[in-house]
Amino acid sequence: MLFEFLHSIRDSIRDILPIIVVVGFFQLVVLQQPLPDLGNIIFGTVLVVLGLTLFIRGLEMGLFPIGESMAYGFARKGSLFWLVTFAFALGFTTTVAEPALIAIADEAANVAAGGGVIENTEDSRSGYAQGLRLTVALSVGAAIVIGVIRIIKGWPIQWFIIGGYIGVVTMTIFAPAEIIGIAYDSGGVTTSTVTVPLVTALGVGLASSIKGRNPMTDGFGLIALASLMPMIFVMAYGMMF
Amino acid sequence: MSTVTDVLPLAVILLGFQVFVLRRAITDLRRVLLGFLFVLLGLALFLEGLDMALFPLGKLMAEQLTHPDFIGTAGDWHSYGWVFAFAAAIGFATTIAEPALIAVAMKANHVSGGAVGVWGLRIAVAIGVAIGISLGSFRIVTGTPLHWYIIAGYILVVIQTPFAPRSIVALAYDSGGVTTSTVTVPLVAALGLGLATTVPGRSPVLDGFGLIAFASLFPIMSVMAYAQLSEWNARRQQRKYSDSEKES
Repeated sequence: MLFEFLHSIRDSIRDILPIIVVVGFFQLVVLQQPLPDLGNIIFGTVLVVLGLTLFIRGLEMGLFPIGESMAYGFARKGSLFWLVTFAFALGFTTTVAEPALIAIADEAANVAAGGGVIENTEDSRSGYAQGLRLTVALSVGAAIVIGVIRIIKGWPIQWFIIGGYIGVVTMTIFAPAEIIGIAYDSGGVTTSTVTVPLVTALGVGLASSIKGRNPMTDGFGLIALASLMPMIFVMAYGMMF
Repeated sequence: MSTVTDVLPLAVILLGFQVFVLRRAITDLRRVLLGFLFVLLGLALFLEGLDMALFPLGKLMAEQLTHPDFIGTAGDWHSYGWVFAFAAAIGFATTIAEPALIAVAMKANHVSGGAVGVWGLRIAVAIGVAIGISLGSFRIVTGTPLHWYIIAGYILVVIQTPFAPRSIVALAYDSGGVTTSTVTVPLVAALGLGLATTVPGRSPVLDGFGLIAFASLFPIMSVMAYAQLSEWNARRQQRKYSDSEKES
């Protein structure tokens, strides 16, 4: 047990070593500045290593097994309605609370207020940001639902992605220029560190419990849809105001 | 604290569906709960540590590298060489440390029966992010419109897809969205905003965004390329093997 723990600590150190090397090299060699607050840096790095070790351990003990066991449970129950409800709820709730999304939505509200799209008051800005968050969360929920149905039917992922790309490109032509950068970025930030392992376990579990589906070709792809859909929805949101 | 609000709704949904819809007891409940606690605690410690050690330093460096005192006033894009190098290096390094990517790589390795290596996938994604972020910084410096790059990237992905091994396609698409979570976003956002503030004629609002989009597009290509390369390699090995069979 102790040996195993030391082993995973070593893995975590290896995982974050590149950051230390890059930061050290640029700070000392390129910028030629001393490292400020060395004590804080060392203590923080220890926390990072410890945290990463615990996180990976917890994944294997908690998130992966429960994601898969629920996928098996739904496959055995055979009720499409509950599976789709679960998929939507999972996508929606994990996105609404996502801190990175809250930050992006506030930023977008400032941009919109600066461009004269909405009134520059506290009220209209927070209303705009709130609406944007709901829009993104709805789109992630919808994306997970589509992805789950795709796994059940065994449709190839590339048609969905290419269709999504065409959607994004078409929306880009019509959307106001200020929203485009934010819309493109919002795709990447919606899926958090806790959501990704769970959604992946769900997809892979579902694909392996349905006959005729290959977990490798059919199980992945949920995250891809969840990062594509918000781009289209955010641009649509920008056009409505 | 933000990790708690991050995880709490998730836990409620999972338990709610498990108990009320599936009506099944969770097997090995104590172990699963302990796992959840580990994830929560681990992520909190991880972010706290990053906040103490790496984020302030990384942001400071992004500011210093993009500061006019360091770059000089020459103003054409050649003088930003170190910025591009930093963008690539920090993109690579933060992706290697990204916990969500580690999770997906573990899963992919398990599902593919070892055919997709954990490190192979992580390095392929990290190379994609490195290319993406340095190209994204180049875009901010030159001020060319974001959507041309993204549309060109989409076209490349669409062309590459039919040539990539079928089993990797879904995973490759996924690795685009996975890369940009907790570690990469704050550092990369600081770099983008710093650049857009320093370069004359750029507005942080219009040009500061978009780096994340680059970082989620390029891994798709690099992961497909990784699969193509390893397939090609396997085929060559096989040919070598069958050739030596014939000779003997």
